[in-house]
Amino acid sequence: MAFERVLTRNVGRAAARTVRGYRESGGYEALGRALKLDPGEIVEEVKRSGLRGRGGAGFPCGAKWGFVPRGTDRPKYIVCNADESEPGTFKDRLLMEHDPHQLIEGCVIAGRAVAANTTYIYIRGEYTHAARVLEEAIRDAYDQGVLGASVLGSGFRHDVYVHRGAGAYICGEETGMLESLEGKRGQPRVKPPFPAVVGAFGAPTVINNVETLCCVTHILQRGSEWFKSIGTDERNTGPKLYAISGHVERPGTYEYPIGVTFQELLDGCGGMYRGRALKAFIPGGASAPMLTAAESGIRMDFDNLAKAGSMLGSAAVIVMDETTCVVRAALRLARFFAHESCGQCTPCREGTNWMRLVLERIESGHGSEADLDLLARVVPNVGGISLCALGDAAQGPVKSLIEKFGDEIRDNLRNRRYPLPRVPFFDLGAVA
Amino acid sequence: MSDGGRNSLPAEVAAEIEALRPRYPTEEALLLPALHLMQKAAGGWLSQASIAAVAEHLGLPPSKVAGVVSFYDMFHEHPVGRHRVRLCTNLSCQLRGSDQLMDVLRAELGVGPGEVTGDGRCSWVEFECLGSCDTAPMAMIDDDYHENLTPDRLRAALKGLD
Repeated sequence: MAFERVLTRNVGRAAARTVRGYRESGGYEALGRALKLDPGEIVEEVKRSGLRGRGGAGFPCGAKWGFVPRGTDRPKYIVCNADESEPGTFKDRLLMEHDPHQLIEGCVIAGRAVAANTTYIYIRGEYTHAARVLEEAIRDAYDQGVLGASVLGSGFRHDVYVHRGAGAYICGEETGMLESLEGKRGQPRVKPPFPAVVGAFGAPTVINNVETLCCVTHILQRGSEWFKSIGTDERNTGPKLYAISGHVERPGTYEYPIGVTFQELLDGCGGMYRGRALKAFIPGGASAPMLTAAESGIRMDFDNLAKAGSMLGSAAVIVMDETTCVVRAALRLARFFAHESCGQCTPCREGTNWMRLVLERIESGHGSEADLDLLARVVPNVGGISLCALGDAAQGPVKSLIEKFGDEIRDNLRNRRYPLPRVPFFDLGAVA
Repeated sequence: MSDGGRNSLPAEVAAEIEALRPRYPTEEALLLPALHLMQKAAGGWLSQASIAAVAEHLGLPPSKVAGVVSFYDMFHEHPVGRHRVRLCTNLSCQLRGSDQLMDVLRAELGVGPGEVTGDGRCSWVEFECLGSCDTAPMAMIDDDYHENLTPDRLRAALKGLD
């Protein structure tokens, strides 16, 4: 399948980390165009492109920008969500480390579109290297007149600051992130009001994922028609990064037109690890319900995955081969969600822990079929009834475990096969 | 940092916080950056005295600052090793051998997760996904990512620490 790398075109090109090197590949031309447009036209162009958020929820980017009140003198903010903490996801780190100006350009264009003079790039605290690369790129951008009091001499002011998180998945949730930015515990807010109206420091705020803002840069450079010509249909448009990990030969970040099939992704990264058989895959990060080998022809876009009962999420694809105990895999994710629940809402705080405990009992060989039934009763009560979507996210792996592998688990339970034998990844036989 | 009962920040930490002040419209927003800077200056963890010093500098109640510290995984309320190993054990790393790396850490360091070696040199914890799943299994040692680990590569990385 022939296609052009857009978002990753500068990956591995160290020169792109300077303004000068970035300009060699057409960098900051899109910003120049945007500064000549009326802000409303920028919003319309992004709306026409069909760009949907690349962070997980898939919300239309232009519509989000359109919610910001116009014609007010109050400060407004762009917050770039670089908290990338969804297990399996590592695409934004690649974008920041290899092509920081592509992101900075997107931030300033977004700022221009909604008349915001400040961007905070909220980056997860563990990304120390990416934060350093960004800080250097930002300094260079100020020196070259790309940022500051008069962006590219236009008179439009825009500042970009890196703000480091400190290790909390919930800060990837929009309002948890805003709380954290303001110096508080990252506990999500009651909505409405939505951030577009009352966001950071009480001001209208747009929150966009790193990859989303990088897409904005290319939409302004090459137009919404070009962006729309890539992908499955008008609701699933543009280039997309897929972060593939687990039991494949060459894990990595791969760029494809959105809507590539899972099988194409798998073939593109060298196939299954050591040629083993595929057992299950998670198409969109820890929150996305698992799919099975029988579903490997699925198109990896927002709507096709939703139709299949899963989601594109952050397009973090975790692949599991035939040696994997799927209960143990789901347990690991359940442990994650129980640890990361912020504790505000009872269904999530208690429910994530219940799911973890019951899965632990099954996986360790102390469970019975009644535990599977109990799990099935608990799962629907964990999501949909709290302030944010963490509870919903925690349902994903467990719900799909029961739906897709229920018969297998019952059979294993009846025959007392748990804990299943663990196949060691590293062969240490020769050493011992 | 404690000076006869008075809590004060080391001068260089105070200066770094001041340099960040123009970035934010509120004093409170300086808290996370201030805690990162303080923790780094104070040997990798935040004592009650450190927390009080940050609180006083920013004019915030110490209880509020303590609440923030306890919320985030990267802030430590207890002493940690001079070197800190965060081993990712989330799913992508689990699928590629992080279990076996935990065995290596236990054997090489002789302590369990969250404990500090007797000489204060090292501590290790299981950590949630560090966003490096394409190079799994991996660990963050101090500020650096160590990727595509094997038991031998992890042992070598540990030996390389002073």
